[in-house]
Amino acid sequence: MGNIGEALKAALIAALVTFGLAFPIVALRTDTNLSNQLVLNQRSGLALALAGAAFAVRFVFALLYPAGFVRRAAKPRSEVPPHPYLRYLPRVGLALLLAFPFIALAVASAGGPGILKVVDTYGIQILIYVLLGLGLNIILGLAGLLDLGFVAFYAVGAYCTALLTTTYGFSFWIALPIAGIVAALWGVLISLPVLRLKGDYIAIVTLAFAEIVRLVLVNWVPVTGGYAGLSDIPKPTLFGYSLGPGPDSLWTALSIPYAPIYRLAFMYYLVLALALAAYFVTLRLRTLPVGRAWEALREDEIACRSLGINTVTTKLTAFAAGAFFGGLAGAFFAAHYSFVSPKSFEFLESAMIVAIVVLGGLGSMLGVAIAATAMVGGTELLRELGGLQAVFGSGFDPAQYRMLLFGLAMVVLMVLRPKGLVSTREPSVRLAARPTRGSPAHRPQPAE
Amino acid sequence: MRWQSEPLLVVDHLSMRFGGLVAVKDLSFQVGRGDITALIGPNGAGKTTVFNCITGFYKATSGRIALAHGAAATPDAVDVLTRSDRRRTYGKNPELFLLERMPDHEIAAQARVARTFQNIRLFPGMTVLENLIVAQHKTLMHASGWSIGGLLGLATYRAAERKALELARAWLEVVGLLDRADHPAGELPYGAQRRLEIARAMCTNPVLLCLDEPAAGLNNRESAELTKLLRGIRAQTGVSILLIEHDMSVVMDISDHVVVIEYGTKIADGTAESVKNDPRVIAAYLGVEDEDLAAADRVNADRAPAEEGRGS
Ligand SMILES: Nc1ncnc2c1ncn2[C@@H]1O[C@H](COP(=O)(O)OP(=O)(O)O)[C@@H](O)[C@H]1O
Ligand SMILES: [Mg+2]
Repeated sequence: MGNIGEALKAALIAALVTFGLAFPIVALRTDTNLSNQLVLNQRSGLALALAGAAFAVRFVFALLYPAGFVRRAAKPRSEVPPHPYLRYLPRVGLALLLAFPFIALAVASAGGPGILKVVDTYGIQILIYVLLGLGLNIILGLAGLLDLGFVAFYAVGAYCTALLTTTYGFSFWIALPIAGIVAALWGVLISLPVLRLKGDYIAIVTLAFAEIVRLVLVNWVPVTGGYAGLSDIPKPTLFGYSLGPGPDSLWTALSIPYAPIYRLAFMYYLVLALALAAYFVTLRLRTLPVGRAWEALREDEIACRSLGINTVTTKLTAFAAGAFFGGLAGAFFAAHYSFVSPKSFEFLESAMIVAIVVLGGLGSMLGVAIAATAMVGGTELLRELGGLQAVFGSGFDPAQYRMLLFGLAMVVLMVLRPKGLVSTREPSVRLAARPTRGSPAHRPQPAE
Repeated sequence: MRWQSEPLLVVDHLSMRFGGLVAVKDLSFQVGRGDITALIGPNGAGKTTVFNCITGFYKATSGRIALAHGAAATPDAVDVLTRSDRRRTYGKNPELFLLERMPDHEIAAQARVARTFQNIRLFPGMTVLENLIVAQHKTLMHASGWSIGGLLGLATYRAAERKALELARAWLEVVGLLDRADHPAGELPYGAQRRLEIARAMCTNPVLLCLDEPAAGLNNRESAELTKLLRGIRAQTGVSILLIEHDMSVVMDISDHVVVIEYGTKIADGTAESVKNDPRVIAAYLGVEDEDLAAADRVNADRAPAEEGRGS
């Protein structure tokens, strides 16, 4: 139990802060009236109520936990080998991913949302973010370089594909690797000014870089189409056959009646293959000297240099490799939606990708996959939760509050798991065989 | 005297200025091949700054730092290289390096000077073994064909990695950390972290090992073990050792050669015996020894019970 005076003080501060924040956002609301004019509505009562709620919550909290959250000292992670079942997690996950379109079919026929929507929003969209997350994971998670402008590489890949396939008539399959390589070159380019910088300065420069890329996309109208963007990007073909409807499609050749889900499922498996490739390449890179140098760079740059590691090329390769995957994601994005515009490459996207990597646990690829699923899938799910209307009244539109709920969820997660969802790090090499629970290597050693 | 007849490192008129502060002033000394050389002096004398100049972390304001692989360097050969605008010779014996012209990572990779830090700098989140593998970056990078061969899983890379693991295992045995190989380095007790940092430096296969206060924070037993370890390392590999040390018992015990600096200038240079009796050294340095020792003992007494648990 804490001191009442202190608690009152803390609660008063919380209430003031809440009121200060709520006043411009909540207390003043603009609505359009019947003649389409903006009118200002006062809702100071609501702001006061919020402040009162903050006061009460903070007061009770300060009384119960006067010292705030006390984190228990972390016990040495290495002493606890992973549960044996965890070893099957990747295989189970892979099986689920491969079977996803069929699961979607089951969901759809059980009366859920349509199969196209399930595969598109919960399958393809999440996997695009997984691919982006795996790219940023190399730069931020492994090499520890805070890149707040990762979306620039995504944009470069997307516009590169859009231009190559529309203006120059390349096939998607040629545009895809070119997009990756061009994005990687941009990665090298951005890393040049960043090489001599540390921490926060890297964040600022990369942020500015992404903004420059976006502004170029907006203003270079003859090439990029400005705000209107580029449309009619052709969808990928398979061995020269189109996958859509029409006489020269693969389905006509196989004499199967066309259904839109076929093409969508194909796109799903394509982005899944890209994400898996990124996963396995990263896995391999981690056990190579470059990958170890990235992690060493994150841990201590000065120690790296004292061991003869050229930190300039190490940062450069990290940016290039991460940007490559970002470019692939962009290429896929352009081909899948057939349309690119600067609207898709704003700062919010960068923030989303950073959040995925940080929430997942820096450096953990499994974490990236889980965080992408939770964040992208979760916000989509929130849109559809009609049930919340029963709680908050019929005027409640969950889609409007999803960012708020989402932010709240992030704060809670960061308090409970400050190192992210998956905070264990698998060593890139071991001397002893991997310990499992109950194996002799893990039995407590008798004290010497 | 080996530092005169067969110098490995020749520091000439080295000065380092930070704004108005002259941390090192016109300092000259030599390190003999195969010697254990101690650089001592009161706090703030500029010892760490000298290390940072030798290892390229600071660009010296003026002066020359020459290192020779192979035969002993002749002053003529060093002068020829100095007049050219090159950093090093290629394919000569002795192979000469002008360290003040080289960036830090090249000094480590090409001139083969390894170092440890006054405040330990391990890769705390990586395992003990990984710390030693990262130290072999240059060799492994070569073997992996700058990652391309490694990505394709070429056999040459796998063989190189096996050899790197063997070397790491050998060093873990030397420093007594074999049973901790797969633990995060940051979770080791303090003394073990010091030993790991030395092992990591040795994994780069150096000709000169620079240790910045390796015995700082160790208790008496651990200091004694450290002297044994350093002697063993020199006997086994022939590496020359340059160390900064405050603990005079360690210094007098293992040094072949002692260089004393105060306010950035050298005040004595010679064998441990001759330096110990030099009146200027006694005035400048040994005069504060009692206080230092008392302070160190207090620190050791505080930490001993906590750190003892899992030692070597
Ligand atoms: N990077 C720096 N910038 C400014 N002053 C420095 C820097 N590094 C060292 N110094 C100064 O140089 C002097 C010598 O420091 P140092 O070499 O660390 O002494 P020590 O002999 O205790 O290792 C000190 O006065 C210190 O403040
Ligand atoms: Mg020092």
